[in-house]
Amino acid sequence: MPQGWLQIAVFLVVLIALIKPVGIYMARVFTNRRVFLTPVVGPIERLTFKVLRVRPEAEGQDWKAYARSVIVFSLFSWLALYLILRTQAAHPFNPEGFHSGPWDLSFNTASSFVTNTNWQYYGGETTLTYFSQMAGLTVQNFASAGVGIVVVIALIRGITARSGRELGNFWQDLIRTLLYILVPISIIGALFLVSQGVIQNIGGYSMIHTLTGGTQVLAQGPVASQEVIKELGTNGGGFFNVNSAFPFENSSGLTNFFEMLLILVIPASLTYTYGRMVGSQRQGWAIFSAMFTLFIVGVIVVYMAEQHGTVAQHAAGLHTHAFNGSTGGNMEGKDQRFGVAGTSLWAAITTVTSCGAVNGALESLTGLGQAVPFSNLSLSEVVFGGVGTGLYSMLLYVLLAVFIGGLMVGRTPEYLGKKIQAREIKLVSLGVLVTPLAVLLASGLASATRAGTRSIYAGINPQGFSETLYAYLSQANNNGSALAGYTGFIQPNAPGNVGAYGISFADLLGGAVMIGARFLPILFVLGVAGALAEKRVSPAGLGTMRTDNPTFVILLIGVVILVGALTFFPALLLGPVVQSLTTRLF
Amino acid sequence: MTTETQARSLFDPEILRPALLESVRKLDPRVQVRNPVMFVVEIGAVITTVAWLIQVFGGGPLGGGHEPAGFTLAVTVWLWLTVVFANLAEALAEGRGRAQAASLRAMRTETTATLRDGGEKSAAELTRGDVVVILAGEPIPGDGTVIEGIASVDESAITGESAPVIREAGGDRSAVTGGTRVLSDRIVVEITQEPGKSFLDRMIALVEGAERRKTPNEIALGILLAALTLIFIIVIVSLRPFALFADTELSETTLIALLIALIPTTIGALLSAIGIAGMDRLVRRNVLALSGRAVEASGDCDVLLLDKTGTITLGNREATEFVPMPGVTEAELAEAAQMSSLADETPEGRSIVVLAKGFGIREHDFAQHGEPTFVPFTAQTRMSGVDFNGTRLRKGAGDSIESWVTEEGGRPPAELKAELDRIGREGGTPLAVARNERVLGVIYLKDVVKEGMKARFDQLRAMGIRTIMVTGDNKLTAAKIAEEAGVDDFLAEATPERKLELIKEQQSDGRLVAMTGDGTNDAPALAQADVGVAMNTGTQAAREAGNMVDLDSNPTKLIEIVEVGKQLLITRGALTTFSIANDVAKYFAILPAMFAATYAVGSGSGPLDALNVMSLGTPESAILSAVIFNALIIPLLIPLSLRGVRYRPIGATGLLRRNMLIYGLGGLVVPFIGIKLIDLVVHNLLGA
Repeated sequence: MPQGWLQIAVFLVVLIALIKPVGIYMARVFTNRRVFLTPVVGPIERLTFKVLRVRPEAEGQDWKAYARSVIVFSLFSWLALYLILRTQAAHPFNPEGFHSGPWDLSFNTASSFVTNTNWQYYGGETTLTYFSQMAGLTVQNFASAGVGIVVVIALIRGITARSGRELGNFWQDLIRTLLYILVPISIIGALFLVSQGVIQNIGGYSMIHTLTGGTQVLAQGPVASQEVIKELGTNGGGFFNVNSAFPFENSSGLTNFFEMLLILVIPASLTYTYGRMVGSQRQGWAIFSAMFTLFIVGVIVVYMAEQHGTVAQHAAGLHTHAFNGSTGGNMEGKDQRFGVAGTSLWAAITTVTSCGAVNGALESLTGLGQAVPFSNLSLSEVVFGGVGTGLYSMLLYVLLAVFIGGLMVGRTPEYLGKKIQAREIKLVSLGVLVTPLAVLLASGLASATRAGTRSIYAGINPQGFSETLYAYLSQANNNGSALAGYTGFIQPNAPGNVGAYGISFADLLGGAVMIGARFLPILFVLGVAGALAEKRVSPAGLGTMRTDNPTFVILLIGVVILVGALTFFPALLLGPVVQSLTTRLF
Repeated sequence: MTTETQARSLFDPEILRPALLESVRKLDPRVQVRNPVMFVVEIGAVITTVAWLIQVFGGGPLGGGHEPAGFTLAVTVWLWLTVVFANLAEALAEGRGRAQAASLRAMRTETTATLRDGGEKSAAELTRGDVVVILAGEPIPGDGTVIEGIASVDESAITGESAPVIREAGGDRSAVTGGTRVLSDRIVVEITQEPGKSFLDRMIALVEGAERRKTPNEIALGILLAALTLIFIIVIVSLRPFALFADTELSETTLIALLIALIPTTIGALLSAIGIAGMDRLVRRNVLALSGRAVEASGDCDVLLLDKTGTITLGNREATEFVPMPGVTEAELAEAAQMSSLADETPEGRSIVVLAKGFGIREHDFAQHGEPTFVPFTAQTRMSGVDFNGTRLRKGAGDSIESWVTEEGGRPPAELKAELDRIGREGGTPLAVARNERVLGVIYLKDVVKEGMKARFDQLRAMGIRTIMVTGDNKLTAAKIAEEAGVDDFLAEATPERKLELIKEQQSDGRLVAMTGDGTNDAPALAQADVGVAMNTGTQAAREAGNMVDLDSNPTKLIEIVEVGKQLLITRGALTTFSIANDVAKYFAILPAMFAATYAVGSGSGPLDALNVMSLGTPESAILSAVIFNALIIPLLIPLSLRGVRYRPIGATGLLRRNMLIYGLGGLVVPFIGIKLIDLVVHNLLGA
């Protein structure tokens, strides 16, 4: 166990060390300043602007124009991806001869990757062509991550605007985010992964003879290039069905460590970028502290729970103590490469961020351990969260905390000098409401109808309920991880998608939830940015509530937990809580 | 400094009885719909009432479950009580205002006014521009400006101050208020109000809450509460399918009980009462806020402009020192100063006489000098004095005396200039004294800073408010007094234009400015300031330009106004926090009760029964106790919401920490205790 704690501690130290340099770098990118990559990337950037006819200096956008660009871009992305998924039979790079899956599955998948969710009702190696993976999914992994980041940048510009309404230029922001941040890190990261044994090829699947004398088909593919952005962009959609538990995606303890860093580095560093852009590093650290506190509690709980095992396991005589060089603990659904600590930390990281990649089976976590991914999702992905999305969602909570706290100090609440009034509160409330509403309504519908319960694997019991609730928590939060039994796609054991069919209810409801819970909050966030941009800045005084000290961090944590807990407590009761209290095995 | 009139006791039967009636009358859904939170409670109560009726007439619990009809009835009753309690809070707040309004209304004069042209008109029909004559003993028929004459007026009816005040034509004491009474003399007043829009009418409307519009922060909070209510509605709506999935049937009554316990009823019920009470607190401090927005803005003020004279310093300067020129004794100077001031009835003049007494100089018998001729002060000469027996004494501004002496053929000594400069630098006002062609010396007049001002400014600073002193004095003098009084900044050589400019400048930096004023030339600045408090003694123009009127005409009242504004917001914020934090305990009471048997093995209790951390008696008593707690907390908090959470100038962080502890942490803990106690009663004594 001490060795497990050490792994976790080393990871956190490295992460924190990265925050400042990466944060500063991103701040320079978003304020259109020179960075060390400018000599290399600058010409490409200018060429791209020229080709796309973007004139950034001339075309500052107000919030409506910015939002319109986000929607137009995402709509185009969706259509392109849907088209790719529907035309698999005609694809090049299709050695296994896959046909297209059913239309409802394509709807779900297109919605999933455009919204940075990467919820997968399909298994990559049995459903998708290499072309779909490369030109469809990988492209959207970059694009959707970029959209998330630029939205928070627009919000920050709204918060810091001294006059006027302009939030920047969406196209310029998106292109710079891709060229200066996502693509360069991905290139280096992919090369590193390949060096560690992650595969990158476009050949056909190979048949191998196993040690026991049987035969096995080994899937192949351009994995590393997709793997790196899957983590870096907090996308999470695996090339293979078992995601990062598969050695070709995540080959060793070292790649596991590296991939966890990739997942957290941008969301965590954005808090530093934020501090830099608003002109007070303390503001950034305050938000980071709140996020980090909530994160670390989850890490501790899930690790201890997994190490300890459950009441039911003990009752059944399962040995969970460390012995004979084994770490012990609940090893069901975990890979020996990563161990209890490597899997627990991964589970916490991928659910605080909206990454949703898995390196072990969430379905097999202990009741209490499973409560951590559940709670992380219940907090609406504000604890680091997705790239960009996490910070902008957290900033909505910050405004909420500022409002309640501001009243308590007897002044019209203000954040960084901008008054938070009816219009902002309306937009913030709506932005905060969408995700919980989507989760509760969709999982209510799914658990009450025959069409909905068809997707359940575990049966009508607490585990089946957990699967359902988790499915919609994950999709509404654009996370993408799953209690993997839950499905929307049935595939017979026949090659090339022949005879496969989708469960339309799950596919369509899930797709709609992902789109709604992604783009409605984005519109509200940009609305907030627009409202704040127009506000005058009042100077801070003694009577102004500070938002950069421990008292505020505690208030912020309180607001996040209360809103999250109060919304999902009853639902969690009937899933993970029942399971951690009962002696029955479900 | 506070002139708060005693508040009526909350449970004064005269207010309580009509309030109780009113709170039942307010059950009208058309009234409730204005408050989304309480409207949801009312709808819930209607549904459980129907559920109960169905059960009584032989049906089962609506929606499922096994609760007896008595349980449904008990929940129903407490839900209705929740709405009634909320109404009661509002009715009590309004009732206190209404009692005040009634006494104000009694003052409204039904008399006929005598017009100057000889005609007569009913007081109620007077319109702007009418000119009326009022004699001693008559009530003033409407608001207006004295255009002729001077009179003492009894304004006790609106200010509560029994000493009569002087109202005169011209100058800054020309406004009269309808409903007050002329005690002596005769004045001619030009009416400045439209019928039915008098000061008194506005005051009545204000205290009654009839004109109450929601303030910006109240609207924003209302939106947040509505959003929370919506979330909990969805939580409850989705809970039924979730429960059915776990093979648990829940009755409508149970679900509604949980819903009502969760939505922020505490703050929802008290929100409007808090607002009304805030206005009422101002009225009791003798301040009339003409809009709730202004009260809120006062809590946000960053900068306070205070006139030096009368606010920071006593209205008058005081002679503190005689500074003789070379070759003149102090006694000689004192005597000359005293004689030249004998006819000077200004407070400064009197203070010179008083100071001179210290030199053993008594009342002078001018008889030995012959008949004296007093020379009055004029704005042109800027000096006054006395002539007798060929001796001519003059006292006045340094440069005036210098040129007078020069004209008389003398030469002002070099030391004079030095002394004048020194006194000016020290923040005093020098008055030179001359006898014929000779300058005798200088009288040192000092501004006397009111006692306790420094402490008040420190307090303001702790609240995060900067004070700026405004004075017509020169920079040197202003700087000295500013330092002595402890203000943060000053505006010297102020004119109404510069004052207005200063306000605009502060506002363009994003600050909110509050100021007091009384003169007509203050009107533009009062209108420009975010919070403009006009003195009731001031002119009508000033009273109309400001957004508050201070009936006591006490310029330091601003500090109290700021406190009331802050209190208003703090009370709302604190009760919101309390309300939301309460939900945790309510969950722990109701959810284990709802799911006590879910996934049970055999006939025992299910795994979720372990969450019954309060070990409440039965599922029914647990749910009922939470509902009762939720209802009872409202009347328990009425006194707090009417009184307001106390504001302490300990800085925002300290205040936040304090209120988070009391209302956040307290809000988490208190309901656990409260619900447990109620359950002990309900379960053990009543056997539910």
